[in-house]
Formats: sequence, C-alpha cells, structure tokens
Amino acid sequence: MRTLTNYLHSNVTPGEAGDLLWATIYVLLVVAALSVAVMLMTWLERKVLAHIQIRYGPMRVGPHGLLQPIADSLKLLLKEDIIPAGADKLVFWLAPVAVVMTAFTTFLVVPFGRTHAVTDINIGILFMLGVSSLTVLSIIMGGWASNSHYPLMGALRSSAQMVSYEVPMAMAIVSAILMTSLKTGTGTLSMIGIVESQAAQGRWFIFSFFPLGFLAFVVFGIAMIAETNRAPFDLPEAESELVAGFHTEYSGFRWSLFFLAEYAGMLAVSSIAVTLWLGGWLRPFSNALAGTTWDLAFSLLPALTVFALAGICLLGAARMPKHPSFKIQTMGLAACGLLLAAVGLVLLAPGVRERVQDMYWFSVKVAFFMYLYIWYRGTFPRYRFDQLMKIGWKVLLPLSLAVLILTALVGIRQELATVLMGVLR
Amino acid sequence: MSESKFYENTEWQETGKTFLDSNEMILNMGPQHPSTHGVLRVILKLDGEKVLGTDCVIGYLHRGIEKIAENRTYVQFNPYVDRMDYVAAVSNGLGYCEAVEKLLGVEAPERANYIRVILTELNRLASHQVWLGTHALDIGALTPLFYCFRDREEILKIFEKYCGARLTTHAFRIGGCQYEIYEGFEKEVLDYCDFVLPKIDEYEELLTTNRIWVERTKGVGVLSGAECIELGATGPVLRGSGVQWDLRKAQPYAAYAKFEFDIPIGKNGDTYDRYLVRIEEMRQSVRILRQAASGIPEGPILAKVPKVLRPPAGEIYHSIEAPKGELGYFIVSDGSTQPYRVRVRPPSFVNLQALDKMVRGWLVADVVAVIGTLDIVLGEVDR
Repeated sequence: MRTLTNYLHSNVTPGEAGDLLWATIYVLLVVAALSVAVMLMTWLERKVLAHIQIRYGPMRVGPHGLLQPIADSLKLLLKEDIIPAGADKLVFWLAPVAVVMTAFTTFLVVPFGRTHAVTDINIGILFMLGVSSLTVLSIIMGGWASNSHYPLMGALRSSAQMVSYEVPMAMAIVSAILMTSLKTGTGTLSMIGIVESQAAQGRWFIFSFFPLGFLAFVVFGIAMIAETNRAPFDLPEAESELVAGFHTEYSGFRWSLFFLAEYAGMLAVSSIAVTLWLGGWLRPFSNALAGTTWDLAFSLLPALTVFALAGICLLGAARMPKHPSFKIQTMGLAACGLLLAAVGLVLLAPGVRERVQDMYWFSVKVAFFMYLYIWYRGTFPRYRFDQLMKIGWKVLLPLSLAVLILTALVGIRQELATVLMGVLR
Repeated sequence: MSESKFYENTEWQETGKTFLDSNEMILNMGPQHPSTHGVLRVILKLDGEKVLGTDCVIGYLHRGIEKIAENRTYVQFNPYVDRMDYVAAVSNGLGYCEAVEKLLGVEAPERANYIRVILTELNRLASHQVWLGTHALDIGALTPLFYCFRDREEILKIFEKYCGARLTTHAFRIGGCQYEIYEGFEKEVLDYCDFVLPKIDEYEELLTTNRIWVERTKGVGVLSGAECIELGATGPVLRGSGVQWDLRKAQPYAAYAKFEFDIPIGKNGDTYDRYLVRIEEMRQSVRILRQAASGIPEGPILAKVPKVLRPPAGEIYHSIEAPKGELGYFIVSDGSTQPYRVRVRPPSFVNLQALDKMVRGWLVADVVAVIGTLDIVLGEVDR
C-alpha cells in the first residue's frame, strides 16, 4: 500500500526515483501495451487501407474483424518454423531476437507523461537514436544469414537507406535540441526535459522560429518513414521487386518478430517526433484556451473518447444483422462497448483523470502519425533506390543542415547583435 | 541449370576465379514472383542493383494451343483462343473468327460487326484497366488496382449478361455473333461510357502528376520508334514511341472504318508515355463505344455459313489491333474440316523481346516497371 501511495504522489519516473518494483511494472506494462498497440495497428492499417481502396478489409473474425490480429498471431505461432538449408543458423536465429530487443528497448525512455516513463536519462534522445539504429544490424544479419539473393539485396538496400537517412534525421533532432536551450539557457537531451522546455516556453517546437521548427519537423517526418522502411520508402521489403526483402526466408514466429519490430519501430520514431516537435504529453491550445475551466474540459476528453468508442461499439452491435449466426458477434461487440463504457467511467474519476491525460494526449499524437503511415501507403508509389538516395543526400541533408545552422543563428541573435555592435563600435 | 546462358558464361567462371571475386550476381526472378505477371521467369545478371543483362525463360504456361488447333475443327477451336490472352478474350475471338471468315470468303453482317466492335472495345477498356492496376501495383501504388478492378467489374457484368461468361467469353462465332444482344444492351453500354470517363480521370488524379510516379516512369525503358519496328513491337508500346500505327485505322476490320477516333501517340517512348497513351486509348475506346452503341443497325447477326466448315485449301494471315498490340492469326487450310496449321502472332510475346533492350543499365526496380509497361500476359506469350 505504501509503495502505491508513494508512486501516486511521486513526481518523477520510477527509474529516477530508484523504485525498482515500479520500474519493473512499467517495463512489463510498456511491453504489453506495445504488443497490444501493434496488434491494434495491424487491424487499423488493414481497415483504413481497405477503406482507401474501396474494400472492407477483415470482416469475418469478430465484429468488423476486430479479432483478426489475434487470429493472425495464432496462425503465425502455429506455423512451421523453417530455417533454410544453407542458412547460417545462429545468425538466422539471432536476427529476429535482436530486432525485437532493440525495438522494445527504445521505449525505456519514451515519456508517455511526466511520470509515465520507465526512466528519464539525461541522454534520452541519444539513447533512442542509438538503439533504434541497431535495427539495421539485425536486418543485415537476417538478410545475410538467409543465404539467398532477395534477402541479401533487401538487407543491402535497407542498410544503405537507414544509414543515409539517419544523418538528416539527426540534424533535424539537433535543431530541435538547440531550441530547448532557449530562455533557460541550458539545453537538454532528456526526453522529459525536452517536453518540459516546450511547456516552459509555452509553444511546441514545431511552431518555434517559424518556419524553421516546421521544416525540421518535415525533414524528420520524411526521414522517419525511410528509417522505418515504410511506403513510399519500403524498398527493403518491396514486394513487387524483392518478394519480401530481408525477411523473405523467415516464416511463422520469427517472421512475426520482424513484423512486431517494424511496427514498434514506427511507434518509436513517431514518439520521437511527438516528443520533439509536438509537445509530447502536453495538451493542445494550452495558451489560447488556458484557465481552469478549459483544463477541466480537456481533462474530460480521454473519458469522452472512450465513451465515443463505446458508443460506436454499441451502435454497431445494435445494427448487427439479427440472424442467429451473428449472435456471438453482436454479444461480443456489445460486451466490448460496455467494457469501454466502464473504462470511460473510471477515467472520469478526478484522481485518474489528471494522471491519464498525459498518456492520452501522447497516444493521440502518436496515433496521428500512425494514420499518416497508412495514408502514405495507400496513396504513394514506391521510390527507386537511386531516387531515394538522391532525396536523402541531395535534398534532406542540405535542408536539415540549413535549418540547423539557421536555428542556431536565430537562437543566438541577441548575443550576435551585441557582438556585432561591439565590433562596430 | 542450362536454361540460361548466364549460368554458363559468366565472367568469373571464364577467368577461373570464384563467385566472390566477381561483382556479378545472377538473380532468378520468377516464375513465382509477385510481379512477373504470371509465370514469366527472368534471369537477371546484376552488378549490385544494376542490370547487366536479362534472359527470359518462358514456357511455364505452355498449353500447346497451336497444336490443339490441328486436332479440332474450325468451330471447335474457337473457344481455345480465349485462353491465350485471358484478359482480352474477346479480341482473341474476334481475330480468329475474322481470319476464318476471310479463309471461307464469308463476311459478317453489319449488325454483327457493330456488336463485335462494342464488345472488343469494352474488352480493350477492361484489359487496359487490368494493365493499369497491375502496373501501378508493381511500381508500389497499391490503390489504383482496386479502382481499376471495380470499374472493370461493370464491363464483365455486361459480358456475362451478353454471353454468360465473364472472362473467357467465346462471344463470337465464325460468320457473326453467337447471341443476339439482350434488351437494354445499348443503354448499358452508353451508361458505362458515362460511368467510366470520370473514373479514368480518377486514375489520372492518382498517378499522372504524382511526383513519385513520374520519377519512376519518365525516361525509364526508352524505346525509339525505329527500335520498336526492328523488334516488331506493336500496340501501345509502338505508339508510345511516336509511331502512329493502329490496325483499326491502318487496315480497318469489323466496323472500325465507320467510327471516328484518334490514335494517341507518345513522344519519348518511355514508360510514362506508354502510360499516357494507354490512358488516352481508354478515352478513345469510350468514343468508339458511344458511336457504335448508338448506331447498331438492324439485320441478321450471323452470315450464311455452312454447317460443316471446309475452307478451301490455302492460307490466310489476318491481324487485328488487340489491346496489347497486333494479334495475328496465320491459318493454313488443306481443305479439310480441321486447320492444317494455326500460328498465332501474339503481341505480348513479340513485345517481350524488347525487355532486354529496355532494362539494360537500369535497376532491378525498373525491370518490374518495364515488365508492367510491356503489358504481357503469359497465357499469350506461352500459348
């Protein structure tokens, strides 16, 4: 009981407080939440993509295919685990494990809220960049160990792509980090620190030094898609060219690990974008719509969202065909709706309301990026390898460098002016 | 491994080195590959991603259709031709029927010719829609495929209502048409014309000005007009290179002489131009359809042909403008009820020869784009 109250009154993350018990619980929670998020994301991707493409998407397993991810994962777990005859067995075995490890490790420092992170380390953003870059290693491992042409080519493409897009990405990140030193004078690399400096400055970095912050955000937004190998930069797994790229030879559970890692990676880079430019867990319109009334109104939103979802579920249940064969689905959907409504009621409670807000806004912002990913996939053709490299090195890199330098200059404009005045005198 | 010259005469084998001493890689693409449009097998010689040479291995879908013809009567063979280019079965049937009619010295009645034109043009639209969908899919745009297939569905419904089959229609008979048109046929065709034009704009909206699409297709797989003629390439591939050659105008068959339409041509002979040519062809098809469907003359649909067909001994070559190019039938008759020899000139097969020329020096991704732009159907390549 004491640990619980300690936790509830704590203002820092469990990692900072040295609370090992809660840190462990957080790690487990993050892993579980991430897996659920990936499952939801696969469902959402299939659904949204289907509706872009005038299809229904999964409809059979559960109401509106809601249970499809579970069916999929069951299928993947039960499939035969094939290791190709000529494969390097150890590396082949290691690659998917490594990719999942790296993808999940990045979430150690992702701040879902002021206290809702496993830990806050003072090199948080560097840690995230470093660990997420390790993904490329596992991709090369997988591609090489498969001992097959397509995976090898996929792995080569992937490594070239990720390495070259990491540079503009890092530049864009540095320009955002420069902004953290405004007003306070000391910058920070800590993920929580970055969000707090946005709160202190009263504006998200995307709006800072307009259009510099926005440009950096755009550069990052493009680089992050390339970094996670998604359309239109999905060359390493370009289905129409390389069959499935680096994971062509993987099947069943191992393949699903790559899949999991891909989506976890998408969530990770989206989290970075949200933390750096979109104010992390901060609620929108904190300046224009300030005051306790608005605070209260915004704090009700998580519950309202859940209520809306519950409403959709119940409405869907009411509109289900009355045929007996739909009975289980209807009941399931209704139960789902009721459960969501119950969760919504819990979220209305004053104590919970305040604590949940952070996570809610963070998730909403990340979800927006996830939607963008799907949208891109539904609308864009795929770039060719040389064009991809061209964009990375000839467009994004100069742009991000220019943004970085300009940000630095604008940031020290007063000091510069004083110096210049001194020189002129 | 004797299928390809690449497996034998590679540079590193000649110099007695090992595979690792060479920069070359032999990549076997197909016959099971998502974007070789069926069972085409392309063996690529690569330097990294750069294509040094290609070698097509075909025959995985060979059914001996030409040989089958020698053991069937003229009428019996008619359904078989639908199985060659199965996305444009009507055109195949039209070519064959007209070739046999020429051999017999029979002419199809005017009404039958109009119906033939309508169905073939609908089929051209359907074929181009399949092409556009799969081509875009190969280049990585997933969505146009579904749009195209949605609109193609309406054409297939018309086919189904007319002759009961959607894909391998067997719509025509030697001497005319198999069936009288159904009630409301003209209206449905005209309605479809109104329906499909905005849809074509929709495809264009997704692709024509899309930066990535333009970058992926402009300048890729260039063929000059002279090269096309050398290689025997026909259809949109030839027209995309700026040669205004369309058999519907050059040697009109069926009722094409009566209709007004333009032959769109490209300038640069690249993948983008071929794309534009095909899109414009779809619009021209709609133009033809409107004229034909609003002016179907009265009369019989079948000419007087004997019950048992015994064309006089001799040979005939007749070709039509199928959606993919010149589809020719060379039929040798020995005066019996069965053809002595039927040889098909399939546009896909001939166009496929241009592949090597088009992709040499380009990247693997372009191979896929070029296979798509050639619009091959393996059923027709292998027969």
